[in-house]
Amino acid sequence: MTQPGQLAELRYFGLTVRQWTILGAIVGMVLLLVMPFLLRNYRVFQINLAMVYAIAILGLNMLTGYNGQISLGHGAFYAIGGYTAAILMHRYGVPYWATLPVAGFVCLVAGFLFGLPALRLQGHYLALATFALALATPQILKYKHFEEFTGGVQGIVLDKPEPPIEFSFLGQALSQDRWLYFFTLLVAAIMFLLAWNILRGRIGRAMIAIRDQPIAAAAMGVNLAMVKSLTFGVSAMYTGVAGALGAIVVAFVAPDSFNIFLSITILVGAVVGGLASIPAAIFGAIFIQYVPNIADQISKSAPWAVYGVFLIGLMYLMPTGVMGLLRLVGARLRKYAD
Amino acid sequence: MEAFLHQVFSGLATGGIYASMALALVMIYQSTHHINFSQGEMATFCTFIAWALIETGFPYWVAFFATVAIGLVGGMAIQRIFLRPVENAPILTNVIVFIGLLVIFNSTAGWIFDHTIKAFPSPFPRGTFFDTQYFSSHEIGSIMVTLLVLVALYAFFRFTPLGLAMRAAAQNPVSSRLVGIRVSWMLALGWGLAAAIGAIAGMMVAPIVYLDPNMMAGILLYGFAGALLGGIDNPWGAVFGGFVVGVLENVLGAYVIGTELKLTVALVLIVGVLTLKPTGLFGKVVVTRV
Amino acid sequence: MNRNLLIAIVAAIAVAVAGYFVLAPKPEAPAPVAAKKYDPGASDKEILIGQTMPYSGPASAYGTIGKASAAYFAKINDEGGINGRKIKFISLDDGYSPPKTVEQIRKLVEQDEVLFVFNTLGTPPNSAIHNYMNQKKVPQLFVATGATKWGDPKNFPWTMGWQPNYQTEGRIYAKYILKEKPNAKIAVLYQNDDYGKDYLKGFKDGLGEAGQKLIVSEVSYEVTDPTVDSQVVTMKGSGADTFFNITTPKFAAQAIKKAAEIGWKPTHFLNNVSASVASVLRPAGLENSKDIITAAYLKDPTDKQWENDQGYKDWLAWMKKYYPEGDLANSFNVYGYAVTQTLVQVLKQCGDDLTRENVMRQAANLKDIELPMLLPGIKVSTSPTDFYPIESVRLQRFDGKEWVLFGDVIGS
Repeated sequence: MTQPGQLAELRYFGLTVRQWTILGAIVGMVLLLVMPFLLRNYRVFQINLAMVYAIAILGLNMLTGYNGQISLGHGAFYAIGGYTAAILMHRYGVPYWATLPVAGFVCLVAGFLFGLPALRLQGHYLALATFALALATPQILKYKHFEEFTGGVQGIVLDKPEPPIEFSFLGQALSQDRWLYFFTLLVAAIMFLLAWNILRGRIGRAMIAIRDQPIAAAAMGVNLAMVKSLTFGVSAMYTGVAGALGAIVVAFVAPDSFNIFLSITILVGAVVGGLASIPAAIFGAIFIQYVPNIADQISKSAPWAVYGVFLIGLMYLMPTGVMGLLRLVGARLRKYAD
Repeated sequence: MEAFLHQVFSGLATGGIYASMALALVMIYQSTHHINFSQGEMATFCTFIAWALIETGFPYWVAFFATVAIGLVGGMAIQRIFLRPVENAPILTNVIVFIGLLVIFNSTAGWIFDHTIKAFPSPFPRGTFFDTQYFSSHEIGSIMVTLLVLVALYAFFRFTPLGLAMRAAAQNPVSSRLVGIRVSWMLALGWGLAAAIGAIAGMMVAPIVYLDPNMMAGILLYGFAGALLGGIDNPWGAVFGGFVVGVLENVLGAYVIGTELKLTVALVLIVGVLTLKPTGLFGKVVVTRV
Repeated sequence: MNRNLLIAIVAAIAVAVAGYFVLAPKPEAPAPVAAKKYDPGASDKEILIGQTMPYSGPASAYGTIGKASAAYFAKINDEGGINGRKIKFISLDDGYSPPKTVEQIRKLVEQDEVLFVFNTLGTPPNSAIHNYMNQKKVPQLFVATGATKWGDPKNFPWTMGWQPNYQTEGRIYAKYILKEKPNAKIAVLYQNDDYGKDYLKGFKDGLGEAGQKLIVSEVSYEVTDPTVDSQVVTMKGSGADTFFNITTPKFAAQAIKKAAEIGWKPTHFLNNVSASVASVLRPAGLENSKDIITAAYLKDPTDKQWENDQGYKDWLAWMKKYYPEGDLANSFNVYGYAVTQTLVQVLKQCGDDLTRENVMRQAANLKDIELPMLLPGIKVSTSPTDFYPIESVRLQRFDGKEWVLFGDVIGS
C-alpha cells in the first residue's frame, strides 16, 4: 500500500506530482488568458454563456448535490437575477458590474424566504413547489402592473458594456465579447473559490450531514431549518448572479427567456456534470451549451429527439455524471498504481 | 349564480382530465416510487397512434382497445429498455432519463404527425340523453371512464394476486424477491399499466383540447399538482385532487384574481396547502424509524 | 469533358451575360456598370443566407416555415438559381430561446459569413438580435413576427418585417365594428404574450377613447393552459354580443366549439393566425364556425374555392415535389412559400450588386409585387420610408364551407 505522502514523492519524468499540478495550473491559466484572442468573437460569446451556466449549475449543485434538496425551479432565480441587473442598468443607469452584487443579494433573500416553507416539503413535493415557481415566473414578469419595470412581454434590450481599455493581442482587439470573457471569468473564479470555501468548511459538512443523515445531524446540534434555508438562499444567490451575468452577456431579457425549460436545463446540467462536485458544473455547462447545437446539425426534423438520445445515452454510460466517471477512473488508476 | 355554477361545472369537466392524468402518475408512483415526467408525452403519443388507427378506418372501440394494449406493451418495453439499465442509479439519474424520454416523444410526435391540431372523435356523441346544459355528454362520459378505471385499479390491487405482488414489490423489493416475486417484471408491469391509463386519459382528453404534440404538457402539470394535493400514494385522493385543482383554477380565474395570474395563484395555494399537510390531503404519513 | 456539362456551362455563361446586359443599364442602379460588387456571403456562384427557427422546444410548430423556405430555395436552385447564383441556406435551431438566437445568429454572421439573415422567427428572438444586426449592418430581412417595431427605418435601417402587423389587423376589426355595430358589447380573449397584447393594443387604439367602453370583458390565457373553457364561460356571462378571438389554432378551435356548446352566438372576429379551415374550423366544427369574420392576406390551402386557382396549383405541385413530408393543410407552408418568393424577388432586383446595402435598398424598393398565394388585390410594396411590405388585408366571412371575401382591400 502506498500512503498518500508517498504518492507525492513519486516522480514522473523528473517532477513530483505536486510540481506537475503546479505546472498544469500555470499552463491552464495562460491558456485561459490567451484563448479569447485565438477564437472568433462568437466563439468567445459561446464560452461566456457556458461560464454563466456553470455558475448557475454550481448553485443548483450546492442545493441538490450537497444538501439533497431537488429544485426544478432555479430558472426563476436566474430570471430574478437577470431582471434585477437589466432593470438597474436600463432604468437607473447603474454600471453593469455593480448590478451583480445586488442581483446576488436579492436572490439570496428570495431563496432564503422560499426555502423557509420549502423546509416542510420533501422529495417530490419540493420538486412540485419549485416547479410551480418556475412556471409562475414568466406569468409574473408579464403582469401588467409590473410592466413599467419589466418591460412586459417585450422585455428589456440592453447595451453591451464597452471594454474599459483599448488593447490588442495577437492582432486581435479586446472586443466587447473578449472583455466580457475576462469579466465573466473573474466572476466565475470568485464564485467557484467561494463555493469551495463554503463547502469544505463547517457549513459544507453540515449540508452533507443533513443530506445523508438528517436525524443524526440534528442530534449532533446542526440547526436543520437554518442550514437548509441558508443553502437555498446561497444556491439562489449563485443562480441569480449567473442570471445577471447572462443578461449582460446576451444584452436582452424577456419573459420567454425564462420558461420552464431553463430550469430543467440547469438541472440536466447539474446531473450530467455530476452531483456533489464543484468542477462538475463546468462539464454540465459544456453539455447544455453545446449538445443542442450538435443535435440541430444532426436533424432539423427532430433535434429534440437527438438531444434526448444523447441525454439517455450519457446517463447509461455515466450514471453519476461526468465527474462520477472521472472519479471512478481516478480510483481505478490509483488502485493500479498501488 | 348561473354563471358561477357554469364555472364550477366547467371546472369539474377539466378537473376530470387532470384526475385521469393524476391517476396515471399515482399508478407509476405506487409501483416504482418515481414520478414520471414523460407520462404526458407518452399519453400523447399513444393518442396519436389511436388517431392514426381511426384515420385508417378502424372503428373507434377497436382503436381504443388496441391503443390501450399498445400502451401496456409499450410501457413495459420502455421500462425494460430505457429504465432497467439505470434501475440502481441515483433518483436524479432516473429523472434525467425521464426528461430524455419526454423530449424524444414530443419531438418524434411532431415529426411523424406534424403540429397542426387534429380533431379526435368522442365515443359519447352530442345529443345523447345525458347531455345537459352544464356538461357535454363527452365530459360526463370521460369522467365516468376515469371513475371506472379507478374502480378497476382498486379491485386489481386489492383482490388479485398479481396486484398484491406488485404492491409488495414496490414496498419491499428484497423480501418480495425472497418469496419468489419477480420484482423487476413487476416494475415493468407497473409502467405498462401506467402507460395504458395514460393512453385512456389521452383519448378522453383529446376530443376536448384537440390533439397536438404538446397536448399533455400543460395537463401533466395540473395532474401532478392534483396527485400531490390528494396524496401521491392514494388513487382516490389523486382523483379528488384533480377535481379540486380544476374547480379552484376556474373560480379563481373568473372571480378572484383574473386570468393573468390565475396559474400563479392556483399554484401558490396548492403549495400553501402542502406546507400545512406535507403528504397531501389524503396521503399516508410516513413515520421513519431511526 | 462531359458534353452535357459543357453545354450547361456555355448556356449558363450566355444567360449570365444576357442577364448582365438586361440588368446593367437600369438608370437607378448606382453601381458602376462593369463591376460586380460583393459583400461577405456573396460570390459569382453563391449567395449565403442565414436563419434561426424554433425546430425544437415549445414553439416547434413554426419550424415548418423554415423547412418550406429551404424547399423553395431547392426549387430555385434546380431552376438555375438567381442571376446564375445558387442559394445556400443555413437554417439553425434556436428553440425559441433568445440567448440561443443571439448565439446562432452570431455564428451565421461571424463564422459562416452570410450575406443577410432572413425570416428569423418570433418577437423575443428578433428583439434579442435587433441591435446587433443594426450595429453590424447586416440585413435582418422579413422577420417572421407581426410586432410593429420592425418597420422603423430611421432607427433600425437594417431590419424589415413582412406580414401585416398585429396592431394593424386589430385596428381593422375595430374600425369595422365601429362602423357596422356601434353599440356592440365586446368580449376579448387573448394569449398572454407579446402577440396577444399587440393585437389587443391595435384593437383598442382602433376603437379610440370612446370605443374602449364597448369592451365589457377582457380575458387572457397562457399557452400552458389546457383549455379556455372557463374564459369562454366568463365572456358569455358578461353579456357580450361581439367576440374578438386572439388565439392560436388550438385555443381558437376550443373557443369556437365551447361557445357553440354553451349556446353563445356573438359576432365572432377571429384573428388571421387561426383562420385555417382544415386546422381550426373543421376541428371546431364547420357548423359552429359559420359567420366567423377574419382578415386575411394569404390564400388558405384548405379552402375549396382555390382548388382551380393557378397559384394554388403551383403551390401544390411544389409541395409535392420539394416538400413531400410537409402537411398540405398547414398554412405555415403557404407563409414560408410566399415570404421566400418575396426574398427571391429582392435578390433578382439586386442583380450583380450583392452588397448588404444594396440588398436593403432593393428590399425597400418593391413596387406592387403580386405573389401567387396572396389574396387577389393584396400587393407587396415598400419604399425607403415604408418598411412594412404587406399592409393590406381583406375581410372574409365563413359560410359554413369556405371563406367568402367581402368589401374592398383594406389598408392601414
